[in-house]
Amino acid sequence: MNSIKSRALELLSDGTVKRVIGWEKGEGEADWSPALFETAEEMNSFVYGDYAGSNLSKYCLKFNLAEGKTLVVLKPCDTLSFNQLLHEHRLNREKFYIIGAGCKGMKDENGRLLKCNACKGKDFEVYDEIIDDEESRKPLNVFDRMIGVAELEKMTAEERYEFWRGELSRCIRCNACRNVCPACTCVKCVFDNPASGVQSKAPVTDFEENMFHIIRAFHVAGRCTDCGECSRVCPQNIPLHLLNRKFIKDMNELYGDHQAGVGTEERTPLTSYTKEDAEPSVVHERGNA
Amino acid sequence: MQKIGVFVCWCGSNIAGTVDVEAVAEALKSVPGVVYSVSYQYMCSAAGQKLITDAINEYKLDGIVVASCSPRMHENTFRKTAEAAGLNPYMVEIANIREQCSWIHKDKEEGTKKAIVLAKAAVAKLKNDKPLKAGTSQVTKRALVIGGGIAGIQTALDVADAGYEVDIVEQRPTIGGRMAQLDKTFPTLDCSACILTPKMVEASQNEKINIISYAKVEKVSGFVGSFKATIRKKARFVDETKCTGCSLCMQKCPSKKGKDEFNMNMNNRPAIYIPFAQAIPNVAVIDPEQCIKLKTGKCGLCEKVCAAGAINYKMEDELIEREYGAIVVATGFKPIDPSPLNEYGYAENADVVTSLELERLMNAAGPTKGTLLRPSDGKHPHEIVFIQCVGSRCDENTERGKPYCSKICCMYTAKHAMLIRDKYPDTNVHVFYIDVRTPGKNFDEFYRRAVEQYGVDYIKGMVGKVAKEGDKLMVRGSDLINNQQVEIAADLVVLATAIEPDPSARSIGTMLTASMDTNDFFTEAHAKLRPVESPTAGIFLSGVAQGPKDVPETVAQASAAASKVIGLLAKDHLVTNPCVAESNELMCNGCSQCEKVCPYGAITYIEKEVRGPGVREVRRIAQVNPAVCQGCGACTVACPSGAMDLKGFSNKQIMAEVDQICL
Repeated sequence: MNSIKSRALELLSDGTVKRVIGWEKGEGEADWSPALFETAEEMNSFVYGDYAGSNLSKYCLKFNLAEGKTLVVLKPCDTLSFNQLLHEHRLNREKFYIIGAGCKGMKDENGRLLKCNACKGKDFEVYDEIIDDEESRKPLNVFDRMIGVAELEKMTAEERYEFWRGELSRCIRCNACRNVCPACTCVKCVFDNPASGVQSKAPVTDFEENMFHIIRAFHVAGRCTDCGECSRVCPQNIPLHLLNRKFIKDMNELYGDHQAGVGTEERTPLTSYTKEDAEPSVVHERGNA
Repeated sequence: MQKIGVFVCWCGSNIAGTVDVEAVAEALKSVPGVVYSVSYQYMCSAAGQKLITDAINEYKLDGIVVASCSPRMHENTFRKTAEAAGLNPYMVEIANIREQCSWIHKDKEEGTKKAIVLAKAAVAKLKNDKPLKAGTSQVTKRALVIGGGIAGIQTALDVADAGYEVDIVEQRPTIGGRMAQLDKTFPTLDCSACILTPKMVEASQNEKINIISYAKVEKVSGFVGSFKATIRKKARFVDETKCTGCSLCMQKCPSKKGKDEFNMNMNNRPAIYIPFAQAIPNVAVIDPEQCIKLKTGKCGLCEKVCAAGAINYKMEDELIEREYGAIVVATGFKPIDPSPLNEYGYAENADVVTSLELERLMNAAGPTKGTLLRPSDGKHPHEIVFIQCVGSRCDENTERGKPYCSKICCMYTAKHAMLIRDKYPDTNVHVFYIDVRTPGKNFDEFYRRAVEQYGVDYIKGMVGKVAKEGDKLMVRGSDLINNQQVEIAADLVVLATAIEPDPSARSIGTMLTASMDTNDFFTEAHAKLRPVESPTAGIFLSGVAQGPKDVPETVAQASAAASKVIGLLAKDHLVTNPCVAESNELMCNGCSQCEKVCPYGAITYIEKEVRGPGVREVRRIAQVNPAVCQGCGACTVACPSGAMDLKGFSNKQIMAEVDQICL
């Protein structure tokens, strides 16, 4: 879509924005990376299209205090992440110019991205202008995103334990999942915090290493928009999104449907207490199932 | 390395019976950091405390672990002991080896093993303890009493008597509560209004007491010594400052279909009304559901006749915000609705009435002007059956009623029976009962007088069916003493219905974070030793809100609550709990999660320049108001970055305990 590129260039040239966060081509045909463009010249390599899969919301954090406005190109699902960061007061809306970019479902070298199979629709939660076309407004054919979770739930506790031990044993702790995650935005991650007692700690067992992902899933619970970036970037192909989706499914069933990043800031299922909340015994029983 | 002392208490045989206390003291000696470990019969005794003081001095201890009963019991004792010996009182940890160990174990070996683990965990926590200093907070010298019945009035009078301001918030248009509806009171049979109304007048005349009637407490924030309440004063459409209570408007009001709540809906009242003659404030109120002017815009008769010009149809609800040091819950009770108990036929038969309805039927200001007439045809009843325990003492698992004894019914039934026999000697009175419970000064004598002197027919047994036949009510029940079924053709049946907390109690409990039991009665801080305090600091309990009780008991408890309030308001400052949350500004994301989960509203956000290694920028960060924080720890769990921590119960301390137990 050339119109996105030309519009971004226009806004950069007339001084409305100081910089643009977008994509540029990498080494392979399907390898597009997030990139920062600060001059009209740099904008030559700006691209938008089938391989612009990455969620650029998180990159905005870096420019929240920067001088002038930053233009960011966000796909419909990416706007949920951006909006969630607004709810958490991590981003200042005034500092960003958002181009909502139409999306027909993104690909990589193996075809359509896993996350796009569970497309959350074509609505933009937050934007300054939308640039899309008829084709990109058509809904995608999607499957029930909870199928994978339901299969895990069918397993016995032992089978499930073995499943995750197997999957997580491949983890090389590259931290790609954490670094890409728009919900993992702590100014100081607990895993890097010298006061937490776990920073640079040699694991006593390999199970302790596995706990990284479980703790991370807990930390983003209620705030995870299910953007699927964690699984997309994992070099070891660990289905990390299943952990988050299990949390989302449980929360939806226990406290009513909730999609992080929608609407305005309000109390979320895990930060509100109501009389209708499930009793601890119910939560406990489900945990034992 | 810290020097730690461990003190293991026997608690007589309470702990020593199932825990080998000497073995525990011995085992703790080998824990790194522990320089002294000993056991003693009663650590809380003067001699036990001296043992601790001496050890602190002799071994120059940095902290102590006392393995004893729950910290709820003696943590304060040992903190004071440590402080007297020159130690920071927060360098004291209690290992609960009684409630959580010896009392729940039978096997001594098992108990000993667990006690050692618990004591070691306390040592692990102590090693991460830091000396803490308690702050102080101000006390607002004014009390809020929720409920203006006899309980609330008595508490208010006593608090005001000590020189403190009191606001009474009453939901009805007048104070007086249930007691104002009673005809006579047991066991002396004096007129209820005659003893209550002087107190109502006294409350209204007391300069320190401010009565806010026809109002509801809508919101409460803050904490002991410094509560802030929002009170909604409903529009009564009559200016309280102008109305003289002449009641001319009541006579002229053309809408007369409102139900008279004061007379248990047994007669009608006008749309503009004063609930009863001695109402306080003696000011009319307009029922907007019945008022023709408010509903259609036409009429306005009351405005025309009111010489004082007090009528204001445009009046709106008023919100009052005030600060209080203490809050007293005196929300009282209501009788249950016996309609769902089909066998008594209350819903179908006008001549089946509740005891409170009977009070009104016998009262001179009631719907029958004090002559006992049955509601259906206005005739004198000659056979009256009382049924006790209606909805009280029910099986825990049924929906039929309450599991508890309502306590007052035996006595008021005896009272009713006696009064009827006295006034109408040609009337037979029968009472069906399960037990007659009359503990109380002069209570049993009173009941015996009903039986022996007034010939009331007490039948031990319950009623199975009340059915209408002609103009009679056929009451079928069992007589357990004569082992036979009985049938009485009655003219009037009176149900001694169970009492339950006023429906407003639940929301008030939630507002105050004051705990309640499964029946919605407020829970006391200690069932035996702190019966008039809620576990929530600064909240006190008065009257039936805490549990069923009669008038003398209510008054006694009301005065007890008042003395606790006075004790609190007499202080200028309160020592605050230093175990409060604190945010590390270098790690805080400013994400607002902690603010959302904080039940006390203790967290606010500020824009602040944060400085640290390699950091110098303005960030939005959380700030905890230590005077408001109650140390519940919800924020520390919600905080994703771990910036929020609780002093005295830091994540590190808790992890140290867990590691000690699990690793």
